[in-house]
Amino acid sequence: MPAFHEREPFDPTLHEPPAPPPGHRSGSILERVLRRGEFAVTAELNPPDSADPRDVLAAAEPLWDVADAINATDASGANCHMSSMGICSILSRCGVGAVLQISCRDRNRIAIQGDVLGAAAMGVGNILCLTGDGVGVGDQPGARPVFDLDSPSLLRTLRTMRDEGAFLSGRKLATPPAIFLGAAENPCVPPLEYRAERLAKKVRAGADFIQTNYIFEVEPFRRFMARVRDLGLDGKVYILAGVGPLASARAARWMRANVPGIRIPDAVIDRLERAARPGEEGKKLCIELIREIREIPGVHGVHVMAFRREHLVGEIIEESGILKERLGVEA
Amino acid sequence: MYAVRRFAVRRSRFFLRLYRVFEAAIVLFDPLFRRLGYQRLEGPVAFAERLTKGFLFDCRMCGQCVLSSTGMSCPMNCPKNLRNGPCGGVREGGFCEVRPWMRCVWVEAWEGAARMPGGIERIRVVQPPVNRALEGSSSWLRVAREKAAERRRYGRSADPSKHMLARAFRRARQIEPAAAPTAFEPDSALSVQWSRQRTAVFDYEPGKPAADTDAEGRE
Repeated sequence: MPAFHEREPFDPTLHEPPAPPPGHRSGSILERVLRRGEFAVTAELNPPDSADPRDVLAAAEPLWDVADAINATDASGANCHMSSMGICSILSRCGVGAVLQISCRDRNRIAIQGDVLGAAAMGVGNILCLTGDGVGVGDQPGARPVFDLDSPSLLRTLRTMRDEGAFLSGRKLATPPAIFLGAAENPCVPPLEYRAERLAKKVRAGADFIQTNYIFEVEPFRRFMARVRDLGLDGKVYILAGVGPLASARAARWMRANVPGIRIPDAVIDRLERAARPGEEGKKLCIELIREIREIPGVHGVHVMAFRREHLVGEIIEESGILKERLGVEA
Repeated sequence: MYAVRRFAVRRSRFFLRLYRVFEAAIVLFDPLFRRLGYQRLEGPVAFAERLTKGFLFDCRMCGQCVLSSTGMSCPMNCPKNLRNGPCGGVREGGFCEVRPWMRCVWVEAWEGAARMPGGIERIRVVQPPVNRALEGSSSWLRVAREKAAERRRYGRSADPSKHMLARAFRRARQIEPAAAPTAFEPDSALSVQWSRQRTAVFDYEPGKPAADTDAEGRE
């Protein structure tokens, strides 16, 4: 498997923060790939319940050769794990592009703005602004939900920090953070007719790229993208479609019932149920979906979320042929 | 009450018209309010506002009302307090992720906005975060102060924090000045006492006197 980054280890005690190339907002590899017009790949890392940095590297290893950036989730599903900030700092020190995820559920505007400066100082170039799942679905449902900001107001706050060089309070920053701003959108859940409008709002708020939630059927996503193109958003924001391999029919049913915002059609569950090797079938379904999504105009990449199936990400990307295309090799 | 608030969203067009008339009146009354003193009026007006809007919209008294930009569906009833649209967890049939027995406040908001003239354009505007220090205060009086201040160019607070927020969310401020207020706030409207002296710390041009106003908004 070829390595696709120019991997430059970053040590904040030795190096200056990477300056963005002309016309770029950040020094991020992901931004460079997207601006070159190539089909980008990002992948989600399963954060360890551990204080050992080697556990982070072990989780990142199956991903870093195929992904332009690795997303470190921020207590996704309101379950406590190692922080996104810690993981992104380790990854950037290894020269791996990282996406810091910020959920509005756990931190207020004071904490978040400080974290953004810290992350940028550690060489993190991408930040994904999320609202976050409610605390009730996680392992500590008694926690206080914060929700001081929401995803669009967080985007606008970070854009203000980057472009105006000031906190939301008006206080000036000595060095503004050079960051590529992302947001999420969930194309397959209600209100379907307003999902593209909500994406537009996030673009107006400051989103440079979008990583969508899981997509398991292509039709609703195709309709969503048609609306996105009608609104003229495909030229304003880079959209990465969220995909992932399912392990079994049982796992799919569990996800559908317990993880907020996941829609898995019965047809997909049936196919997994009928398959002799459901794991293989899940992978095949994911590859088919990537190939179909690749053909939709306005899609600029895929975001692979392979929860506990990270070992499959390399094969999925290779077999889907999207990177070969990028290298100009016949698929 | 859930049933009343859903009724209000269904009648969003009517309530918008009613509010427009009411808003014009309170803005007109600004000179009277100033004579009586915003400081003194805060308590009784906030009480009346809490009763009416609490009954009609399940209002939570955030103090920065944007109902006319959210289809008359109060965003503070969203368990995540979202001011900018639904989260990604909305359930089949448009029900809330956190409280599955309740319709998503933002699904309702889009439906309400679609019934209002100009509602869709307004719901598209990016709203700033709520200023938590203004919670519990009267949004009506704030609207009166902001609009009168805009008209007369008086009562501009020297607090740059409010101005940066107003600048970052310019469009929201244009449409609904109380969403990102910059006019003077009487002490009685603040749930948290913030230091008046902090403006000196944040002033960009030291030596220049803060162009703040007195307790009643006069320069």
